[in-house]
Parts: sequence; C-alpha cells; structure tokens
Amino acid sequence: MASDSTIILLGERGEIKPKPRGETRRFSLGRFALVTITLFTFAFLYVPIAVLIVFSFNSARTGATWQSFTLQWYERVFSNARILESAANSLIVAVLSTLGAVVIGTLMAMAMERYRFRGKGVWDGLLYLPVIVPEIVMGISLLIFFAAVNISRGLLTLVISHIAFCMPFVYLTMRARLADFDRSVEEAAQDLGANEWVTFRRITLPLLMPGIISSALLAFTLSLDDFVISFFVTGVGSQTLPVYIWGQIRRGITPEINAISALMLVLSIFLVIAAQFIQRRQRT
Amino acid sequence: MRDVSKVFGDVVAVDHVSMGIRQKEFFAMLGPSGCGKTTSLRMIAGFERPTSGEIYIDGKAMGHTPPFQRNVNTVFQSYALFPHMTVEQNVSFGLEMKGLSRREIIRRVGEALELVRLPQMAKRYPRQMSGGQQQRVALARALVNRPNVLLLDEPLGALDAKLRKEMQIELKTLQREVGITFIFVTHDQEEALTMSDRIAVFSKGKVLQIGTPLEIYERPTTRFVADFIGETNFLEGRVQEVNGEFASVIVDGGRRFVGRAMDGVRPGIQAVISVRPEKAQLVEQPDSSPNCYEVQVHSIAYVGSDTRVIVMLGENKLDVWEQNTISTLDPNYFFKPGETAWLTFKPENALVLAH
Repeated sequence: MASDSTIILLGERGEIKPKPRGETRRFSLGRFALVTITLFTFAFLYVPIAVLIVFSFNSARTGATWQSFTLQWYERVFSNARILESAANSLIVAVLSTLGAVVIGTLMAMAMERYRFRGKGVWDGLLYLPVIVPEIVMGISLLIFFAAVNISRGLLTLVISHIAFCMPFVYLTMRARLADFDRSVEEAAQDLGANEWVTFRRITLPLLMPGIISSALLAFTLSLDDFVISFFVTGVGSQTLPVYIWGQIRRGITPEINAISALMLVLSIFLVIAAQFIQRRQRT
Repeated sequence: MRDVSKVFGDVVAVDHVSMGIRQKEFFAMLGPSGCGKTTSLRMIAGFERPTSGEIYIDGKAMGHTPPFQRNVNTVFQSYALFPHMTVEQNVSFGLEMKGLSRREIIRRVGEALELVRLPQMAKRYPRQMSGGQQQRVALARALVNRPNVLLLDEPLGALDAKLRKEMQIELKTLQREVGITFIFVTHDQEEALTMSDRIAVFSKGKVLQIGTPLEIYERPTTRFVADFIGETNFLEGRVQEVNGEFASVIVDGGRRFVGRAMDGVRPGIQAVISVRPEKAQLVEQPDSSPNCYEVQVHSIAYVGSDTRVIVMLGENKLDVWEQNTISTLDPNYFFKPGETAWLTFKPENALVLAH
C-alpha cells in the first residue's frame, strides 16, 4: 500500500515555505469540471439512498410529498409477523452460510497458499471465478442443480447457495492475509514442542483471527443483502428479507419498505465499517 | 551429521556434509549467503529433511522425527516471537507443551528471564520491545526448555553494531553458564572468530574446513577459507620445491617466496602464497628472510589502531598493516607514498595453498 506522504518544501534555513499562491486561486476549466463531476458522482450515488431514508420518516402514505415526521413505519415493521419471519430467515441463513463460507474459504486459502501441486493456477482461478459469474447465472444454475438432485427448496438450499457465493470472497481475503503471514512463528511453535494441531490452534488461528473476522463480516453482509440468487433457491415459508421486499414492491412501494431498507442499509454499513476497522487495526 | 545432502529441485543446497559437533561446544557454521549453513541448521532442527544422509543427536538417528519431538530449540533470525502473547506467555509456551505444572513453569520462566536480564518485562508484548530485548526473549524462550542443543540462526543479524558486540560476549558467557551445545549460523567471520570454540567454514554447500578460530585463521587449508576469514594477500605462482614443512613458490615475475606447505602442495603445481597484512612488515634495510623484496609505497591510510600501507611488488598490490606504536606516528620516521621500502615476512607466517 502506498503510504500517505506529504512533501513539505523547506527554505534555505529550513523554514516551511508557503505554498505558491495564484495558481490555486485562478479559475480553471479543468478544476471546475473536476469539482462538478465529483459532486455529480456523489449525488448520483447517495441522493436516492438519502431520499429513501427521508421518506421512511414521512407520514404520508403514498407519493413523493413530505407531510410530517413519524416513526410509525418503523413500528409497523416491528409488528409485522411476516417481516419479522423473513428477517429471522435472513439472519439464520446469514449466520450459517457465514460459518460455512469462513471455514471452507479459510482452509482453502491455507491449502492454496502453502502447498504446491499440479494445476494450482487453474484451481486458484476456479475458486474466485464465482466473484465475476453473473449472479443470475449462478442463481439459475443452482436452481437447476437442486432440481436435478431433488432437494426441495427451503432454508437448506439457501444456506448452500449462500456458502457457494460467499466462499470466494472469504478465500480472496484470506489469501491476501496469508501472503504476509510469517511462517517462522509456526516453526517456532513446533520447535518448542507443539504438534501441528496445537500450533494451528494456539498460533496460526489467533494470528489469522482479525482476517477471519473481517471476512466473516463481509460474507455476512453479502448473504444478508443477496436477492438474485436467493430469489431462485428460496422456497415457500423460507423467504429472506430481500425476497419479501421484492414481493411487496410488486404491489407498490410503501413507506414500510423504505423503513426496512433503511434498517438493512444501516446494518450493512455498520458491518462493512466494522470489517474495515478490524482489518486496519491488525495492520498497525 | 553424517554425509548429509539436501537438494531443492535441481539446486544442491547441502552437498555431502559431515560434521561432528561436541557436547557443550560453541560451534559456528560460517559462510557467505547461500552456502548451505542455514539449510544445515534447519535440518538439525527438523524443519527440512535431508535428501540423503543422516543426522544424529545424542547418538540417536533423527530420520523423520518432527521438530516438536526433538530436544533441540532454535533462536530464529527474525526471532519469530508470538506477537499475540506476552513475553511470559512466549517463554512458557515450550514448558506448557511439555505438560509441566503451573508452579514449575512460573519458576523456570522467572529463572529464564533472570538469565537474559529481562525479569521486569514479563507482561510486555514483543512489539513493545526493542530488537535487542526481543532477541533476549527469543533466547529465553529457547533456553527455558533446557535443550540438548540450541540452534541460533544469525541471531545478531538484526542488531546494530554496538549491540552486536555486547550480545556476542553475553551469548558466549551465557553458553558457558548453561552448559548447552550452541550451534550458531553466521556470515560474519569476526563474530564467528570471537564466539566459537570451533568453526565450520561453508562454501557452495560443502564444508571446507572445521577447526578452532586459531586454526581457521592461522592455518586455512584452502584459498577460499584464507580469503573469507580476515584479510590476506595472495601471490600467484608455481611450486618450486617442497622441503618438509615448507614449500617455495616462484611468483609471476620470478621472485621466490617460502611459506608453510598446506594440503596438496606438490612441486610443479599452481599455488598461491598467502600472507596476512599484519604479518608482513616494511623495513628500510633488507633482512635475512627469504621473503624480502624491494617495493614501492603506493598509499598510506591511518585507521586508528593501525596504519595500512599498500605497496607495489611489481604488478602486485599488497596490504601491510603496521600497528600504531610511537614510531609509526612519527612523520619523519615512516614511509611516504612513492618511496621504496623493503617488504619482509617470515616463512612460518606465510602459507602455500594449492588451488
């Protein structure tokens, strides 16, 4: 990673020279275009989200006009049994698939990092290909697969599918972590009498933990937010929250949907920030 | 270590090496990087398996014994302290693995930290300590297990020059105190000479010579060892005759030198005569030594303890180091660049080495 470095101009006696003036103040078309494009980009990204959040507090039942502030849509969300049930499904699926993806992804990353074998590059490519496979393709193929092996759609198919698409992300994160893992500490542990298992449990695992936690948070977020794949593999009574929302939207967007979406957004942002925070803390 | 080889792919890292290391010895494996010394150490520790040959520790063949079943401990070049454990936890790790009682562990960890003079640091984490302190923790962590053999992989490599010197003496003292065999890998010849009872000089996967620092320095058996350990002057030539302990060499340019004949020196072969700069002298009048020739003084450098003079003997540049006693400090007394002088050294101070 590039470090943040500042270049300070020093004068002859070592004093800090003031920035040359004029250039920065003068109007320039390039600078104007840069600022405009930047603002436009951020607006493009965040205005719709802001509108959604604002309207989740709007007391008007329909339409895009602001009436007054209310929390009633949030109350409705928390008293709607179907919303709560699909939220519970989402959490169950997210927890189980995160566990599955983290265990498989981490072990895969360790195997790929540490052993040399034929066709390693091909296997490596195959492991992260799902990251770029269109979700709809993955959803359809999983649907066909479950039909072919005759597994009825429900929470099980959801968990399996979510493990499948979360695992590559865990794998990629852990590969990067393992690349700068100092193997000599493992050798030191073995040298001090720890066998392979004790070395893994007492040394390797604790040192990888920050990476594991941050990739788990990533997997959890991905699972929680997924719609496309879930849509194909979900069954009756096992709807996840995004699938439920989609079902409701077909009957028109209600402020309740705005409220759920706002809640999911907050949770996702929180998880991503937590993941980033843990990663950064490990590095320092 | 008996006839041990290690091959990585098509690279022979260690090539039929045999070494006997004595109990309670401070043994150094010395050589330039990539000479096989670290690989040899790693094979003793059990991190690498010999491709052929066998390693014996306390008379027992090690075969495929994994590192955690060998009574050998290692101090790693990078120290390899466990970053998520305190000093105390680091040092007690090995004892925990042996399944000692809590009380016994606390007692021995305390002793070990005392030994490396860090008792007040027990609760710190490695990242809160300086390089020298981390190095001592690594030592304590290894020594606390009372291994038969302690392996040290360039343990002073990461320290600055002054701390290195201190730690050299400290390590040596420590080794005498604990009475454990130390096997030490280094590329620093001065370090090896200061600390070791015996030194094995490695080059390109082979052991060229094993001997005490004195033997290695004074009686190198090969040109590589003479060159690698300390400074020396080489004069290329052909052996004229071998007469008991001594051999005479006719150097390019027709001059004849006499020195001790080392292994493989026979009349007629190409050889070098090697003389250490501190064993050669410059004098004003020729003396009776057979190795006395007129030279041109080329340059003079004052380096504190010595004055280092480069002289020209025909086409050959030679180093001569004179210790700075009063006489060499006297500007009227000492030679100046461009002057002629007589270079002389005794036959017993020169070696004739076969190629």
